[in-house]
Amino acid sequence: MNGPDLLTEHVGRLATEMGAFFPGERVVFRGKDLFTSLKDLDWLELYTYSITGKRYTPQQVRVLHVMWTHNSYPDARLWNNRVAALAGSSRSTGPLGIAAAMAVSEAKIFGGASQLRCSEFLIRAKKLMDEGADLETLVRAEIKEKRGIGGFGRPIVATDERIEPIMAIVREQGLENGSYIKLAFEVERVLLEGRLRWRMNSVGLTAALCADFGMRMHEYYMVAVPVFLAGMPPCYLDAVNKPEKQFFPIPCNMVSYEGVDQRRW
Amino acid sequence: MSEEVIHTRIWQEEAEPDNAFAALSCHCHGYDVYGDLLSKASWIEYLYLLFRGEAPTAAQAKLLNGLAIALANPGPRDPAVHAAMCGGVGGSTSASCLMAALAVGAGGSGGSREVFNVMMGWQAYGLDLESWQAALGKEVEDDPANIWPAASHPAGFDPYGVRCTNPVRQTLEYLAGLGCGQTLIWLNDNRKPLEQAAGFPLAMPGVAAAALCDLGCTPEQGEMLFLMLRLPGAAVHALEQRDGGYKNFPFFRIELENDPGPSQNLTNQNGESS
Repeated sequence: MNGPDLLTEHVGRLATEMGAFFPGERVVFRGKDLFTSLKDLDWLELYTYSITGKRYTPQQVRVLHVMWTHNSYPDARLWNNRVAALAGSSRSTGPLGIAAAMAVSEAKIFGGASQLRCSEFLIRAKKLMDEGADLETLVRAEIKEKRGIGGFGRPIVATDERIEPIMAIVREQGLENGSYIKLAFEVERVLLEGRLRWRMNSVGLTAALCADFGMRMHEYYMVAVPVFLAGMPPCYLDAVNKPEKQFFPIPCNMVSYEGVDQRRW
Repeated sequence: MSEEVIHTRIWQEEAEPDNAFAALSCHCHGYDVYGDLLSKASWIEYLYLLFRGEAPTAAQAKLLNGLAIALANPGPRDPAVHAAMCGGVGGSTSASCLMAALAVGAGGSGGSREVFNVMMGWQAYGLDLESWQAALGKEVEDDPANIWPAASHPAGFDPYGVRCTNPVRQTLEYLAGLGCGQTLIWLNDNRKPLEQAAGFPLAMPGVAAAALCDLGCTPEQGEMLFLMLRLPGAAVHALEQRDGGYKNFPFFRIELENDPGPSQNLTNQNGESS
Protein backbone atom coordinates (compact mmCIF):
# COMPACT_ATOMS: atom_id res chain seq x y z
CA MET A 1 0.00 0.00 0.00
CA ASN A 2 1.30 3.46 -0.82
CA GLY A 3 0.30 6.93 -1.96
CA PRO A 4 -3.27 8.02 -1.27
CA ASP A 5 -4.28 4.53 -0.15
CA LEU A 6 -1.86 4.80 2.74
CA LEU A 7 -3.25 8.18 3.71
CA THR A 8 -6.80 6.86 3.45
CA GLU A 9 -5.92 4.31 6.15
CA HIS A 10 -5.34 7.17 8.57
CA VAL A 11 -8.28 9.41 7.80
CA GLY A 12 -10.04 10.45 11.00
CA ARG A 13 -8.19 8.04 13.28
CA LEU A 14 -4.93 7.98 15.21
CA ALA A 15 -3.47 4.71 16.44
CA THR A 16 -1.04 5.49 19.26
CA GLU A 17 0.63 4.27 22.42
CA MET A 18 1.25 7.78 23.70
CA GLY A 19 -2.06 8.37 25.39
CA ALA A 20 -5.58 9.70 25.34
CA PHE A 21 -8.14 11.23 27.61
CA PHE A 22 -11.50 9.67 28.29
CA PRO A 23 -13.77 12.66 28.96
CA GLY A 24 -15.18 12.68 32.45
CA GLU A 25 -13.29 9.48 33.39
CA ARG A 26 -9.53 9.21 33.16
CA VAL A 27 -6.35 9.93 31.24
CA VAL A 28 -3.90 7.35 29.94
CA PHE A 29 -0.35 8.66 29.64
CA ARG A 30 2.08 6.41 27.77
CA GLY A 31 0.30 3.30 28.96
CA LYS A 32 -0.33 4.38 32.54
CA ASP A 33 -3.20 6.01 34.32
CA LEU A 34 -2.25 9.62 34.99
CA PHE A 35 -4.32 9.94 38.17
CA THR A 36 -3.31 6.64 39.77
CA SER A 37 -0.09 5.09 38.44
CA LEU A 38 1.60 8.43 37.82
CA LYS A 39 0.01 10.45 40.61
CA ASP A 40 3.20 10.80 42.64
CA LEU A 41 5.36 12.16 39.84
CA ASP A 42 6.34 15.78 40.09
CA TRP A 43 6.03 17.88 36.94
CA LEU A 44 9.58 17.35 35.75
CA GLU A 45 9.38 13.60 36.27
CA LEU A 46 6.18 13.53 34.24
CA TYR A 47 7.81 15.65 31.55
CA THR A 48 10.84 13.37 31.22
CA TYR A 49 8.54 10.33 31.34
CA SER A 50 6.53 11.87 28.52
CA ILE A 51 9.66 11.93 26.36
CA THR A 52 11.52 8.78 27.29
CA GLY A 53 8.77 6.59 28.75
CA LYS A 54 11.16 5.95 31.63
CA ARG A 55 11.42 6.83 35.27
CA TYR A 56 14.62 8.10 36.82
CA THR A 57 16.23 7.59 40.22
CA PRO A 58 15.74 10.29 42.89
CA GLN A 59 19.39 11.27 42.44
CA GLN A 60 18.97 11.65 38.68
CA VAL A 61 15.72 13.59 39.14
CA ARG A 62 17.50 15.98 41.51
CA VAL A 63 20.16 16.61 38.88
CA LEU A 64 17.56 17.04 36.12
CA HIS A 65 15.87 19.69 38.26
CA VAL A 66 19.17 21.52 38.64
CA MET A 67 19.76 21.31 34.91
CA TRP A 68 16.54 23.30 34.55
CA THR A 69 16.80 25.72 37.47
CA HIS A 70 20.41 26.65 36.77
CA ASN A 71 19.71 27.58 33.16
CA SER A 72 16.81 29.97 33.76
CA TYR A 73 18.12 33.51 34.07
CA PRO A 74 15.71 36.42 34.53
CA ASP A 75 17.90 38.71 32.46
CA ALA A 76 15.88 40.54 29.84
CA ARG A 77 18.93 41.35 27.73
CA LEU A 78 19.28 37.71 26.70
CA TRP A 79 17.83 37.33 23.23
CA ASN A 80 15.13 34.80 24.06
CA ASN A 81 14.12 36.55 27.28
CA ARG A 82 14.14 39.88 25.47
CA VAL A 83 11.35 38.58 23.24
CA ALA A 84 9.22 37.91 26.32
CA ALA A 85 9.99 41.36 27.69
CA LEU A 86 9.25 43.08 24.38
CA ALA A 87 5.90 41.27 24.36
CA GLY A 88 5.12 42.63 27.82
CA SER A 89 6.29 46.12 26.96
CA SER A 90 4.17 46.07 23.80
CA ARG A 91 1.18 44.80 25.79
CA SER A 92 0.99 41.42 24.12
CA THR A 93 -0.10 38.42 26.18
CA GLY A 94 2.16 36.43 28.47
CA PRO A 95 1.65 33.09 26.69
CA LEU A 96 2.40 34.68 23.33
CA GLY A 97 5.56 36.31 24.63
CA ILE A 98 6.77 33.17 26.34
CA ALA A 99 5.86 30.86 23.45
CA ALA A 100 7.81 33.09 21.09
CA ALA A 101 10.74 33.29 23.51
CA MET A 102 10.73 29.50 23.78
CA ALA A 103 10.75 29.17 20.00
CA VAL A 104 13.64 31.63 19.75
CA SER A 105 15.57 29.48 22.24
CA GLU A 106 16.13 26.95 19.49
CA ALA A 107 19.17 28.79 18.20
CA LYS A 108 22.40 27.87 16.50
CA ILE A 109 24.76 29.46 18.99
CA PHE A 110 22.77 28.56 22.11
CA GLY A 111 19.91 26.29 23.05
CA GLY A 112 18.33 23.73 20.76
CA ALA A 113 20.71 23.26 17.86
CA SER A 114 23.84 23.25 20.01
CA GLN A 115 22.20 20.81 22.45
CA LEU A 116 21.49 18.34 19.69
CA ARG A 117 24.89 18.70 18.07
CA CYS A 118 26.69 18.29 21.38
CA SER A 119 24.74 15.21 22.36
CA GLU A 120 25.33 13.66 18.95
CA PHE A 121 29.06 14.33 19.21
CA LEU A 122 29.44 12.93 22.72
CA ILE A 123 27.49 9.77 21.94
CA ARG A 124 29.37 9.25 18.67
CA ALA A 125 32.77 10.01 20.23
CA LYS A 126 32.15 7.61 23.11
CA LYS A 127 31.22 4.83 20.68
CA LEU A 128 34.29 5.48 18.53
CA MET A 129 36.57 5.64 21.56
CA ASP A 130 35.17 2.35 22.82
CA GLU A 131 36.27 1.00 19.44
CA GLY A 132 39.76 2.43 19.94
CA ALA A 133 39.61 5.93 18.47
CA ASP A 134 41.75 8.74 19.86
CA LEU A 135 39.87 11.65 21.44
CA GLU A 136 42.23 14.37 20.26
CA THR A 137 41.88 13.16 16.69
CA LEU A 138 38.09 13.12 17.03
CA VAL A 139 38.00 16.64 18.46
CA ARG A 140 40.26 17.99 15.72
CA ALA A 141 38.17 16.33 13.02
CA GLU A 142 34.94 17.68 14.49
CA ILE A 143 36.27 21.23 14.62
CA LYS A 144 37.62 20.99 11.09
CA GLU A 145 34.37 19.66 9.69
CA LYS A 146 31.85 21.65 11.72
CA ARG A 147 33.89 24.65 12.84
CA GLY A 148 33.02 23.95 16.44
CA ILE A 149 31.66 21.48 18.92
CA GLY A 150 28.23 22.10 20.36
CA GLY A 151 28.48 22.39 24.14
CA PHE A 152 31.96 23.88 24.14
CA GLY A 153 32.82 27.57 23.85
CA ARG A 154 30.32 30.33 24.51
CA PRO A 155 29.19 33.62 22.93
CA ILE A 156 29.93 36.80 24.93
CA VAL A 157 32.09 35.23 27.66
CA ALA A 158 34.50 32.31 27.78
CA THR A 159 33.66 30.72 31.09
CA ASP A 160 30.35 29.26 32.15
CA GLU A 161 29.25 30.09 35.67
CA ARG A 162 26.77 27.18 35.65
CA ILE A 163 29.32 24.38 35.53
CA GLU A 164 30.53 24.42 39.11
CA PRO A 165 27.12 24.87 40.81
CA ILE A 166 25.64 22.08 38.71
CA MET A 167 28.65 19.83 39.31
CA ALA A 168 28.34 20.45 43.06
CA ILE A 169 24.85 18.94 42.97
CA VAL A 170 26.02 16.16 40.63
CA ARG A 171 28.75 15.25 43.13
CA GLU A 172 26.32 15.54 46.03
CA GLN A 173 24.14 12.98 44.28
CA GLY A 174 27.11 10.72 43.50
CA LEU A 175 26.69 11.00 39.74
CA GLU A 176 30.02 12.58 38.84
CA ASN A 177 31.64 9.42 37.55
CA GLY A 178 29.43 8.72 34.56
CA SER A 179 31.33 7.87 31.41
CA TYR A 180 29.87 10.77 29.41
CA ILE A 181 30.65 13.32 32.14
CA LYS A 182 34.23 12.09 32.17
CA LEU A 183 34.32 12.29 28.38
CA ALA A 184 32.95 15.86 28.39
CA PHE A 185 35.67 17.03 30.77
CA GLU A 186 38.25 15.23 28.64
CA VAL A 187 36.98 17.08 25.56
CA GLU A 188 37.34 20.34 27.50
CA ARG A 189 40.90 19.40 28.47
CA VAL A 190 41.78 18.75 24.84
CA LEU A 191 40.24 22.05 23.77
CA LEU A 192 41.99 24.03 26.51
CA GLU A 193 45.32 22.59 25.49
CA GLY A 194 44.70 23.58 21.88
CA ARG A 195 44.60 26.90 20.10
CA LEU A 196 40.88 27.54 20.65
CA ARG A 197 40.93 27.32 24.46
CA TRP A 198 37.20 26.65 24.62
CA ARG A 199 35.68 25.69 27.92
CA MET A 200 32.72 23.40 28.36
CA ASN A 201 29.43 25.25 28.63
CA SER A 202 26.18 24.21 30.26
CA VAL A 203 25.05 22.41 27.11
CA GLY A 204 28.14 20.20 27.19
CA LEU A 205 27.53 19.33 30.82
CA THR A 206 23.80 18.67 30.57
CA ALA A 207 24.16 16.69 27.35
CA ALA A 208 26.72 14.49 29.08
CA LEU A 209 24.57 14.07 32.19
CA CYS A 210 21.53 13.09 30.18
CA ALA A 211 23.61 10.64 28.14
CA ASP A 212 24.79 9.12 31.42
CA PHE A 213 21.13 8.80 32.41
CA GLY A 214 20.57 6.73 29.29
CA MET A 215 18.83 9.38 27.20
CA ARG A 216 19.26 9.28 23.45
CA MET A 217 20.23 12.56 21.83
CA HIS A 218 16.73 13.49 20.68
CA GLU A 219 15.40 12.66 24.13
CA TYR A 220 17.90 15.05 25.70
CA TYR A 221 17.02 17.66 23.06
CA MET A 222 13.34 17.43 24.03
CA VAL A 223 14.01 17.24 27.78
CA ALA A 224 16.05 20.42 27.43
CA VAL A 225 13.30 22.37 25.63
CA PRO A 226 12.13 24.30 28.73
CA VAL A 227 15.54 24.83 30.39
CA PHE A 228 15.31 28.60 29.94
CA LEU A 229 11.60 28.84 30.70
CA ALA A 230 11.65 30.01 34.32
CA GLY A 231 13.71 33.06 33.39
CA MET A 232 11.10 34.30 30.93
CA PRO A 233 8.03 35.22 33.05
CA PRO A 234 10.00 37.69 35.21
CA CYS A 235 11.14 39.47 32.05
CA TYR A 236 7.60 39.59 30.70
CA LEU A 237 6.09 40.64 34.03
CA ASP A 238 8.65 43.35 34.67
CA ALA A 239 7.92 44.88 31.27
CA VAL A 240 4.15 44.50 31.41
CA ASN A 241 4.02 46.08 34.85
CA LYS A 242 5.98 49.11 33.73
CA PRO A 243 4.63 51.83 31.45
CA GLU A 244 4.24 50.61 27.90
CA LYS A 245 7.08 50.67 25.38
CA GLN A 246 9.69 51.62 28.01
CA PHE A 247 11.67 48.40 27.60
CA PHE A 248 14.86 49.20 25.68
CA PRO A 249 13.27 51.93 23.55
CA ILE A 250 15.36 52.66 20.46
CA PRO A 251 15.81 56.23 19.26
CA CYS A 252 16.34 56.84 15.55
CA ASN A 253 20.03 57.52 16.03
CA MET A 254 20.56 54.09 17.56
CA VAL A 255 19.89 52.58 14.14
CA SER A 256 22.99 52.79 12.01
CA TYR A 257 22.10 52.78 8.31
CA GLU A 258 24.77 51.26 6.15
CA GLY A 259 22.92 50.82 2.87
CA VAL A 260 22.69 52.55 -0.49
CA ASP A 261 22.21 56.28 -0.87
CA GLN A 262 18.77 57.83 -1.09
CA ARG A 263 17.12 57.56 -4.53
CA ARG A 264 13.77 58.04 -6.26
CA TRP A 265 11.41 55.14 -7.12
CA MET B 1 30.59 43.63 22.25
CA SER B 2 30.19 46.01 19.33
CA GLU B 3 28.86 49.54 19.69
CA GLU B 4 25.31 49.53 21.11
CA VAL B 5 23.55 50.31 17.84
CA ILE B 6 21.48 48.30 15.41
CA HIS B 7 23.25 47.97 12.07
CA THR B 8 21.08 47.78 8.97
CA ARG B 9 21.45 48.04 5.23
CA ILE B 10 17.67 48.11 4.80
CA TRP B 11 16.15 50.93 6.79
CA GLN B 12 17.06 54.54 7.38
CA GLU B 13 15.11 56.95 9.54
CA GLU B 14 15.48 60.64 10.14
CA ALA B 15 14.14 61.69 13.53
CA GLU B 16 11.59 64.41 14.10
CA PRO B 17 13.46 67.49 15.34
CA ASP B 18 11.76 67.35 18.74
CA ASN B 19 11.37 63.59 19.17
CA ALA B 20 14.20 61.10 18.79
CA PHE B 21 11.68 58.26 18.89
CA ALA B 22 9.50 59.41 16.00
CA ALA B 23 10.52 59.28 12.36
CA LEU B 24 10.28 62.28 10.11
CA SER B 25 11.10 60.10 7.11
CA CYS B 26 11.73 56.42 6.46
CA HIS B 27 13.84 55.15 3.59
CA CYS B 28 13.91 51.52 2.52
CA HIS B 29 17.00 50.57 0.51
CA GLY B 30 17.26 54.24 -0.36
CA TYR B 31 13.62 54.85 -1.37
CA ASP B 32 11.44 57.28 0.60
CA VAL B 33 8.69 54.89 1.76
CA TYR B 34 5.97 57.39 2.67
CA GLY B 35 7.02 60.30 0.46
CA ASP B 36 7.62 58.43 -2.79
CA LEU B 37 7.24 54.66 -2.78
CA LEU B 38 3.78 54.57 -1.15
CA SER B 39 2.11 56.28 -4.09
CA LYS B 40 4.09 54.53 -6.80
CA ALA B 41 4.93 50.94 -5.84
CA SER B 42 2.65 47.92 -5.50
CA TRP B 43 2.75 45.75 -2.38
CA ILE B 44 4.53 43.01 -4.35
CA GLU B 45 7.15 45.45 -5.65
CA TYR B 46 7.78 46.69 -2.12
CA LEU B 47 8.02 43.10 -0.85
CA TYR B 48 10.62 42.33 -3.52
CA LEU B 49 12.53 45.49 -2.63
CA LEU B 50 12.59 44.56 1.05
CA PHE B 51 14.06 41.13 0.37
CA ARG B 52 16.30 41.81 -2.60
CA GLY B 53 17.35 45.41 -2.02
CA GLU B 54 16.44 46.59 -5.52
CA ALA B 55 13.20 47.43 -7.26
CA PRO B 56 12.00 44.45 -9.31
CA THR B 57 11.75 44.41 -13.06
CA ALA B 58 8.23 44.05 -14.41
CA ALA B 59 8.84 40.33 -14.98
CA GLN B 60 10.17 39.82 -11.45
CA ALA B 61 7.19 41.63 -9.94
CA LYS B 62 4.81 39.53 -12.01
CA LEU B 63 6.56 36.33 -10.96
CA LEU B 64 6.48 37.20 -7.25
CA ASN B 65 2.86 38.24 -7.60
CA GLY B 66 1.98 34.93 -9.25
CA LEU B 67 3.86 32.97 -6.62
CA ALA B 68 2.12 34.90 -3.85
CA ILE B 69 -1.28 34.04 -5.28
CA ALA B 70 -0.34 30.39 -5.76
CA LEU B 71 0.85 30.07 -2.15
CA ALA B 72 -1.61 32.35 -0.36
CA ASN B 73 -4.05 29.64 0.61
CA PRO B 74 -3.06 25.99 0.66
CA GLY B 75 -6.59 25.27 1.89
CA PRO B 76 -7.92 23.71 5.09
CA ARG B 77 -6.44 20.26 4.37
CA ASP B 78 -2.92 21.66 4.62
CA PRO B 79 -1.30 20.90 8.02
CA ALA B 80 -0.27 24.52 8.59
CA VAL B 81 -3.78 25.78 7.91
CA HIS B 82 -5.16 22.92 10.02
CA ALA B 83 -2.94 24.14 12.87
CA ALA B 84 -4.21 27.70 12.48
CA MET B 85 -7.79 26.41 12.54
CA CYS B 86 -7.04 24.55 15.78
CA GLY B 87 -6.25 27.95 17.22
CA GLY B 88 -9.28 29.57 15.70
CA VAL B 89 -11.81 26.97 16.76
CA GLY B 90 -10.98 27.33 20.45
CA GLY B 91 -10.86 31.10 20.33
CA SER B 92 -7.08 31.33 20.70
CA THR B 93 -5.41 34.64 19.97
CA SER B 94 -4.93 35.65 16.35
CA ALA B 95 -1.17 35.69 16.79
CA SER B 96 -1.19 32.14 18.14
CA CYS B 97 -3.13 30.96 15.08
CA LEU B 98 -0.44 32.39 12.82
CA MET B 99 2.34 31.12 15.09
CA ALA B 100 0.76 27.66 14.84
CA ALA B 101 0.68 27.93 11.05
CA LEU B 102 4.29 29.07 10.97
CA ALA B 103 5.50 26.29 13.28
CA VAL B 104 3.76 23.54 11.35
CA GLY B 105 4.39 25.11 7.97
CA ALA B 106 8.10 25.34 8.73
CA GLY B 107 8.76 21.64 8.35
CA GLY B 108 10.61 19.56 5.81
CA SER B 109 7.49 17.83 4.55
CA GLY B 110 5.47 20.40 2.63
CA GLY B 111 6.81 23.37 4.59
CA SER B 112 9.42 26.05 4.29
CA ARG B 113 12.33 23.76 5.20
CA GLU B 114 11.45 21.67 2.18
CA VAL B 115 11.67 24.81 0.02
CA PHE B 116 15.02 25.61 1.64
CA ASN B 117 16.28 22.10 0.89
CA VAL B 118 15.20 22.29 -2.75
CA MET B 119 16.88 25.67 -3.12
CA MET B 120 20.08 24.17 -1.73
CA GLY B 121 19.67 21.57 -4.46
CA TRP B 122 19.39 24.27 -7.12
CA GLN B 123 22.59 25.82 -5.77
CA ALA B 124 24.37 22.45 -5.92
CA TYR B 125 23.08 21.00 -9.21
CA GLY B 126 21.91 24.03 -11.18
CA LEU B 127 20.30 23.11 -14.49
CA ASP B 128 22.18 19.83 -14.87
CA LEU B 129 19.69 17.01 -15.31
CA GLU B 130 22.18 14.24 -14.69
CA SER B 131 23.27 15.75 -11.39
CA TRP B 132 19.66 16.11 -10.30
CA GLN B 133 18.83 12.56 -11.34
CA ALA B 134 21.81 11.21 -9.44
CA ALA B 135 20.87 13.19 -6.33
CA LEU B 136 17.19 12.25 -6.50
CA GLY B 137 18.06 8.59 -6.92
CA LYS B 138 19.95 8.52 -3.64
CA GLU B 139 18.47 7.85 -0.21
CA VAL B 140 17.61 11.06 1.62
CA GLU B 141 20.58 11.73 3.88
CA ASP B 142 19.76 12.08 7.55
CA ASP B 143 22.06 14.23 9.68
CA PRO B 144 21.23 12.98 13.18
CA ALA B 145 22.35 16.27 14.72
CA ASN B 146 20.07 18.37 12.52
CA ILE B 147 17.20 19.95 14.45
CA TRP B 148 14.98 19.38 11.42
CA PRO B 149 13.66 15.83 11.37
CA ALA B 150 14.47 14.10 8.10
CA ALA B 151 11.70 13.84 5.55
CA SER B 152 11.46 10.45 3.90
CA HIS B 153 11.02 11.79 0.39
CA PRO B 154 13.15 13.88 -1.99
CA ALA B 155 12.53 17.56 -1.29
CA GLY B 156 10.16 19.18 -3.79
CA PHE B 157 8.14 16.10 -4.57
CA ASP B 158 4.88 14.69 -3.22
CA PRO B 159 5.48 11.51 -1.21
CA TYR B 160 1.84 10.46 -1.55
CA GLY B 161 1.15 11.72 -5.05
CA VAL B 162 -0.01 9.64 -7.98
CA ARG B 163 0.69 12.26 -10.61
CA CYS B 164 1.60 15.94 -10.67
CA THR B 165 -1.59 17.70 -9.65
CA ASN B 166 -3.41 20.15 -11.83
CA PRO B 167 -2.76 23.20 -9.57
CA VAL B 168 0.97 22.37 -9.44
CA ARG B 169 1.20 22.02 -13.22
CA GLN B 170 -0.89 25.15 -13.80
CA THR B 171 1.32 27.13 -11.44
CA LEU B 172 4.54 25.84 -12.97
CA GLU B 173 3.39 26.47 -16.53
CA TYR B 174 2.14 29.97 -15.75
CA LEU B 175 5.20 31.03 -13.76
CA ALA B 176 7.62 29.49 -16.28
CA GLY B 177 5.80 31.35 -19.05
CA LEU B 178 6.61 34.68 -17.43
CA GLY B 179 10.16 34.25 -18.67
CA CYS B 180 11.86 35.50 -15.54
CA GLY B 181 14.99 33.41 -15.13
CA GLN B 182 15.81 29.93 -16.36
CA THR B 183 15.00 27.71 -13.39
CA LEU B 184 11.24 27.51 -13.83
CA ILE B 185 11.56 27.04 -17.59
CA TRP B 186 14.09 24.24 -17.07
CA LEU B 187 11.93 22.63 -14.39
CA ASN B 188 8.89 22.75 -16.66
CA ASP B 189 10.89 21.21 -19.52
CA ASN B 190 12.44 18.50 -17.33
CA ARG B 191 9.60 17.77 -14.89
CA LYS B 192 8.95 14.25 -16.11
CA PRO B 193 12.53 12.89 -15.98
CA LEU B 194 12.96 14.52 -12.59
CA GLU B 195 9.75 12.89 -11.34
CA GLN B 196 10.96 9.56 -12.65
CA ALA B 197 14.25 9.96 -10.79
CA ALA B 198 12.51 11.00 -7.58
CA GLY B 199 9.83 8.33 -7.83
CA PHE B 200 7.23 10.94 -6.94
CA PRO B 201 5.38 13.73 -8.71
CA LEU B 202 6.49 17.35 -8.39
CA ALA B 203 4.83 19.26 -5.54
CA MET B 204 4.16 22.93 -4.87
CA PRO B 205 7.28 23.46 -2.67
CA GLY B 206 9.36 22.33 -5.66
CA VAL B 207 7.73 24.91 -7.91
CA ALA B 208 8.01 27.61 -5.24
CA ALA B 209 11.71 26.88 -4.77
CA ALA B 210 12.36 27.25 -8.49
CA ALA B 211 10.42 30.53 -8.59
CA LEU B 212 12.33 31.86 -5.60
CA CYS B 213 15.62 30.95 -7.30
CA ASP B 214 14.53 32.86 -10.40
CA LEU B 215 13.77 35.83 -8.16
CA GLY B 216 17.38 35.73 -7.00
CA CYS B 217 16.57 34.67 -3.44
CA THR B 218 18.98 32.79 -1.21
CA PRO B 219 17.62 29.61 0.38
CA GLU B 220 17.22 31.56 3.65
CA GLN B 221 15.22 34.31 1.91
CA GLY B 222 13.15 31.70 0.10
CA GLU B 223 12.35 29.95 3.37
CA MET B 224 11.16 33.21 4.93
CA LEU B 225 9.09 34.25 1.92
CA PHE B 226 7.42 30.85 1.67
CA LEU B 227 6.44 31.08 5.36
CA MET B 228 5.03 34.58 4.90
CA LEU B 229 3.23 34.03 1.64
CA ARG B 230 1.19 31.11 3.03
CA LEU B 231 -0.11 33.05 6.02
CA PRO B 232 -3.20 34.66 4.42
CA GLY B 233 -4.96 31.32 4.04
CA ALA B 234 -4.07 30.30 7.58
CA ALA B 235 -5.51 33.57 8.86
CA VAL B 236 -8.83 33.42 7.10
CA HIS B 237 -9.44 29.75 7.84
CA ALA B 238 -8.66 30.36 11.52
CA LEU B 239 -11.15 33.23 11.56
CA GLU B 240 -13.75 31.12 9.81
CA GLN B 241 -13.46 28.31 12.35
CA ARG B 242 -13.59 30.80 15.21
CA ASP B 243 -16.99 31.85 13.93
CA GLY B 244 -18.09 28.26 13.24
CA GLY B 245 -17.44 26.93 16.73
CA TYR B 246 -15.83 23.73 17.97
CA LYS B 247 -18.91 21.56 17.51
CA ASN B 248 -18.55 21.97 13.77
CA PHE B 249 -14.86 21.09 13.70
CA PRO B 250 -13.60 17.46 13.57
CA PHE B 251 -12.29 16.02 16.83
CA PHE B 252 -11.39 12.63 15.29
CA ARG B 253 -10.97 9.21 16.86
CA ILE B 254 -8.03 7.85 18.82
CA GLU B 255 -7.20 4.17 19.05
CA LEU B 256 -5.11 3.60 22.14
CA GLU B 257 -2.93 0.55 21.68
CA ASN B 258 -1.85 0.14 25.30
CA ASP B 259 -4.86 1.14 27.39
CA PRO B 260 -4.44 -0.24 30.92
CA GLY B 261 -8.21 0.04 31.39
CA PRO B 262 -10.27 2.01 33.88
CA SER B 263 -9.64 -0.17 36.92
CA GLN B 264 -5.87 -0.52 36.57
CA ASN B 265 -3.63 0.95 39.22
CA LEU B 266 -0.16 -0.04 38.11
CA THR B 267 2.66 1.24 40.23
CA ASN B 268 5.87 0.90 38.30
CA GLN B 269 8.81 0.33 40.59
CA ASN B 270 11.57 -0.37 38.13
CA GLY B 271 11.18 2.72 36.03
CA GLU B 272 10.36 1.07 32.72
CA SER B 273 7.18 1.76 30.83
CA SER B 274 5.05 -1.26 30.19
